[in-house]
Amino acid sequence: MADERESKSKAELDARFSELYRTHLRDVYSYSYYRVGNHHDAEDLTEQTFLQAYRHFERALRESNGRPLRPWLIRIAHNLAANFYRDRSRRPESAIEDAGMVSAPHTTESLVEGREQLAAILAGVAQLPDDRREALIMRFALGMDNREIARALGRTDGATKVLLHRAIRQLEEIVADKPAGGGDKK
Amino acid sequence: MSSGAAEFEALLREALSPVDPPDDLARRLEHTLVSLTELAQDELESWELSAMRDPRNWVRPVAAVVVGATAGTALVLLRVRLRHREPEQQSRNLLERAERTLQDIAEEAKRVLPT
Repeated sequence: MADERESKSKAELDARFSELYRTHLRDVYSYSYYRVGNHHDAEDLTEQTFLQAYRHFERALRESNGRPLRPWLIRIAHNLAANFYRDRSRRPESAIEDAGMVSAPHTTESLVEGREQLAAILAGVAQLPDDRREALIMRFALGMDNREIARALGRTDGATKVLLHRAIRQLEEIVADKPAGGGDKK
Repeated sequence: MSSGAAEFEALLREALSPVDPPDDLARRLEHTLVSLTELAQDELESWELSAMRDPRNWVRPVAAVVVGATAGTALVLLRVRLRHREPEQQSRNLLERAERTLQDIAEEAKRVLPT
């Protein structure tokens, strides 16, 4: 009987993990891709994130009190990415490898102009400090709200709101080819 | 929010559009977890109790129990798999593959799992 209960509980846990995995595979992959800048490393990071998540899933469920687990999942990816750079002593690649991912407008002129603008934004994102870049990825690539981002980054909601605001402003400066101070403008 | 800021955020959203994972990534990851669980069960079911009398054989069932019983072994598998990094076609026979990787699994398990 105890064995049956245990295996049922394991099956339920696996089913919930499968659901989490299916729901958030694209989130984790998108985060990983924009974080490391190439598909090969993004795949490794995504795999490691889910395997690490599987390892700690039962405890995470217990401690989540019913809150969404996406911030926890992204936090795992965030920590693994930090280790990835520390181990390899390198920064994210400055340009996203696949220019084809930038969606193409319709006319030739606007196509060139639009793609250049988006490429400039992506290049600007890569120049941001880590915390600002990550906040932007979470907000715009994953559509996370302030509270989710705050949980993923281990910050308060207020600090996260300020972080996002400063990240966008610094990025605007970079893209406009102004000096990127990174702090508040006087 | 000014229209300029809204426009910039719209561009940012477009530049950072979600990226779909490659098709084979999901298959590979699912296969990794499932095959390890099955591997552990096979190991336990096919193991003859008489073999347990020889301590030199203990590494196999011990590795299988560890792999089958704890979620933590997913990490073990990943490390072992990454170490081997070989095409799927070279490892068609799961049991044959298991023979080659069991030693690695046991070593990884000793390293990352609480005793």
